[in-house]
Amino acid sequence: MAVTERMTTEAADVDTPSVEPQGGLGVAFGATVKRDLVLLLRRRSEVMNPLVFFAIVITLFPIGISPDPELLATIAPGLLWVAALLAALLSLDSLFRADYDDGSLEQLLLTPQPLALLSLAKVAVHWLLTGLPLALMAPVLGIMLALPAGSYAVLALSLALGSASLSLIGAIGAALTVGLSRGGVLLSLLVLPLYIPVLIFGAGAVQAAILGDGVTAHLAILGALLAVALIFAPWAIAASLRISING
Amino acid sequence: MSLRLQARNLACERDDRWLFRGLDLDIRAGEIVRVEGPNGSGKTTLLKILSGQLADYEGDLFWGERPMRQAREAFLSNLLYLGHAPGVKAALTPLENLAWYQALAGQPRDESSRLAALESIGLVGFEDVPTGQLSAGQQRRVALARLLLTPRPLWVLDEPFTAIDRDGVRDLEQRLVEHARRGGCVLVTTHHELTPCAELRRVRLGAGGSDGGH
Repeated sequence: MAVTERMTTEAADVDTPSVEPQGGLGVAFGATVKRDLVLLLRRRSEVMNPLVFFAIVITLFPIGISPDPELLATIAPGLLWVAALLAALLSLDSLFRADYDDGSLEQLLLTPQPLALLSLAKVAVHWLLTGLPLALMAPVLGIMLALPAGSYAVLALSLALGSASLSLIGAIGAALTVGLSRGGVLLSLLVLPLYIPVLIFGAGAVQAAILGDGVTAHLAILGALLAVALIFAPWAIAASLRISING
Repeated sequence: MSLRLQARNLACERDDRWLFRGLDLDIRAGEIVRVEGPNGSGKTTLLKILSGQLADYEGDLFWGERPMRQAREAFLSNLLYLGHAPGVKAALTPLENLAWYQALAGQPRDESSRLAALESIGLVGFEDVPTGQLSAGQQRRVALARLLLTPRPLWVLDEPFTAIDRDGVRDLEQRLVEHARRGGCVLVTTHHELTPCAELRRVRLGAGGSDGGH
C-alpha cells in the first residue's frame, strides 16, 4: 500500500511540472528600458555620434552656402529638420544589431511576454538618448543659422514629437535589416521615404512659427502621426524581428 | 497539463538538401535527449525548430496535447533555451545580465537568488566585473547560471559545454541528470560524450539522412 502511494506521488511529481504563463509585463518592460539605458550610457560614443554629426552638418551650411543671415533664416527650418532626421537615422542601424550578434535577441523572442511591447521599450530608449537630445540641441544650432527668435520652442517641440515617430518607423527598418551583414544602406532606402510626412509637418511647424502663423495644426498632425506610429509600429517591429530571426 | 513535446513527421530542407525527413520525436518529463550527428547535420536547426524559433519546416509540433501554434505562450513559459551565442551583454556585469533575464521570466527582482546562482555556477568574485572582461568559459557560465535562476521544466541547450573546463562539464552534466530526475526534461546537442544513465536517450541525425531512430 505504502509503495503504491509513493509511486502515485512520484507520478504526480513527474506529470505536473508544467509552468503556467506568468504576468510581470511591467517588470519586463522596465527591466528592458533600464538595461538598454545602462548599456548606452556605458558606450557614450554611440550616444554622442548622432549629436556630433548633427552639429557638424549644420556648421557646414553657413560655410558652404553663404553666411548671409537672411538666406540662412529662410532655409534654416528645413536644414535643421533634415540634418536631425539623418542624425537619427545614423544611430538606427545599431538598435537591434548588438542584441542580434550576442544572442540576446533570440532570447527576447523566446520570452512569453509580448515582443511588440518589449521592442517598444528598446525604441523608447533610442528616442530618449537620440531624438530628445537632438531636439534640445537644435535651438542652439538654430542660432548659428540665424533662425528668427520666437521659433526656438516650436523647433524643439516639433523635433521632440517628430523624432519619436522617426524612431518608431525607423525601428521597423532596423528590425527588417538586422539579419543582413551590411544593412545600413538598405535601411536608409527603406526608411527615408516613410520619413517624408514627418519632415513636411515638422519643418512646416517651424516655418509657420517664423511667419507668425498658427503652429498648432502642424504640431497636432505631428502628434497624430506619433499616435498612429505608436499603435502600429510595435507590431510591425515584432513581425520584422521574427522574419529576420527566421531567415 | 503534462510535460510532453512531440514532433511528427518533421522535415527540414536547406539549400536543396534534406537535413532530416520523417523525424518523429516524443520528449517526456524525466528524459535527457541528446541530439547527435556530424557538423552540418542540422542539430542546431532541429533545436531551433523545436524551441519555436524557425517556422520553415514541414510536419507537426505538439506541446502537451495541443498543436504548438495554439500553445505557444504556455510552451514559452516552460522553455529555457541556451543557444550558440550565450546571450549575455559584454558591457553589463553578470548580476545585471541575470537581472534582465529574471525580469523577462516574470520573476520578482531578487538579488540574493542571482548571487546564489552565480555562486553555484562558480563565478564568486566576478559578480560586478563587466562580462566582456571575463573569459569565454566564464561568459558561458553566466548564461548557464540562468538554469539555476529560472525554474523551467524544459531545457533546450545547444552545445552548452563549449569553453567549459572539465570540472564545470562534470557539474553541468550532474545538473542535467538531476533536472531530469526531478521531472524536467533536457534536449541537448553536444560533441562531449555524456555519461550513460537511465534518463539518457539519443536521437541521431545523419548527414543528409532521414534516420530518426533512437
